[in-house]
Amino acid sequence: MSPPGTFGSNVRSFPGRLFIAEGIDGSGKSTQLTLLAQWLRSQGHPVVFSEWNSSPIVRATTSRGKRKKLLTPLTFSLIHATDFSDRVEREIIPSLKAGAIVIADRYVYTAFARDVARGVDPGWVRSLYRFAVVPTMAFYFRVPLAVALRRILSARPKLKWYEAGMDLDLHADIQESYTLFQARILEEYEKLVQEFDVHPLDATLPVEVQQRILRKAIRPHLERLPEGVPVGEKV
Amino acid sequence: MARRFESYGMQIPGADPADLNGWLVVIEGPDGVGRTTHVDRLRAHLERLGYAVAETGLTRSDLASRGIRRAKQGNTLGSNAFNLFYATDFADRLERQIIPALRAGFVMLTDRYVYSLIARAIVRGADPDWIKQVYSFSLKPDAVFYLRIDVPELVPRVLQTGGFDYWESGMDLPMGEDIYDSFIHYQRRVIEELDGLARQYEFQTLDATLDVDDNAAELARRVEAILVPGRDGSGEQRPEG
Repeated sequence: MSPPGTFGSNVRSFPGRLFIAEGIDGSGKSTQLTLLAQWLRSQGHPVVFSEWNSSPIVRATTSRGKRKKLLTPLTFSLIHATDFSDRVEREIIPSLKAGAIVIADRYVYTAFARDVARGVDPGWVRSLYRFAVVPTMAFYFRVPLAVALRRILSARPKLKWYEAGMDLDLHADIQESYTLFQARILEEYEKLVQEFDVHPLDATLPVEVQQRILRKAIRPHLERLPEGVPVGEKV
Repeated sequence: MARRFESYGMQIPGADPADLNGWLVVIEGPDGVGRTTHVDRLRAHLERLGYAVAETGLTRSDLASRGIRRAKQGNTLGSNAFNLFYATDFADRLERQIIPALRAGFVMLTDRYVYSLIARAIVRGADPDWIKQVYSFSLKPDAVFYLRIDVPELVPRVLQTGGFDYWESGMDLPMGEDIYDSFIHYQRRVIEELDGLARQYEFQTLDATLDVDDNAAELARRVEAILVPGRDGSGEQRPEG
């Protein structure tokens, strides 16, 4: 698994569970996580949802950096690590200590893929995230680039500067740049699947089939969880 | 022979440190030791000699300084996130202030550098190897001058210049019953870490309890030795033109 000195090597284990999903935009991972969270809640488990750019103070700086195009590959990487660190310290670890199931839409692997696609040193970015908790299970929603692009570009034509990788001067046209940048990210994800304990999942399968696979995979990890307390309304 | 800079490890994407030909001079030391005075005097001295001088200090970045100020007011950021926020601020200044100044052939005076940031992170519980690795994108300076002082000598100076600062007293931790206790413990730990870094990174240490004018003269002499090729026998040549 991960060599000493890289992500997770110095982190304790907690009574809760951490399930995370990775994949490029348009892989359908958010839909799958929403369904998973609903199912877990209906089983009486306390579920906490965690996403990038959720720390209010850091978010203001990130948005400013994006709006004014101040971010370089290095500062883009560091400001996102800052946000992620705040999430880990103030949201993920306390929830895991309390025995909750934490579901994260994107995790450190997003940074590993995205920052390296921007030219940041792979070893450095892995060690940057060494404070992160190792997930109970990590899933990679694998989808061909063409499928993801069709889903994204048909639904949301207004692409943002950094998500399209326009800072890298790959192409003058934002849609072309987005395509080239996503291809690079996809390449990095494939490397991560080899390097880390990340389970690839065929994201071209029907939604309900993917959901069945996901539930089956995490079910063994739900045993011996602290007694589930019913929260919210039952589905 | 061309002067060249190198980083402590990680190459900054898109920046070639080889085309930088200014000088990077760092003044390190705890809060209240008199760094600002020395930076100001050094700047005036070098400008008299005809060098173009630029300066920067902690949390002065365009990108993150505002956010750090806000986070400090509410103490609403996790401790490790703070470490990384400072690293973001530093990276922004490195890329957008320090490197352009060095490329233009300036003497870049920096009021504290990554060492203070590493020290404060370690005192707040960060793993030393980790935080050093995070800052491994930073450029190795031409010289680091460390204004060394012990806590008992530091206290009267801090009292004279506005009293104990919440953060410089480690009150976010806190390390004592009140701000005075915490200041003593916190600064003692910071100085301990800086002493360790001074050995590891070969700082040139100056005794900050000595006469200010003498120290200023000594600093000026040592910086000149770096700037003038061959004057101290070890300085590398500046490229012509």
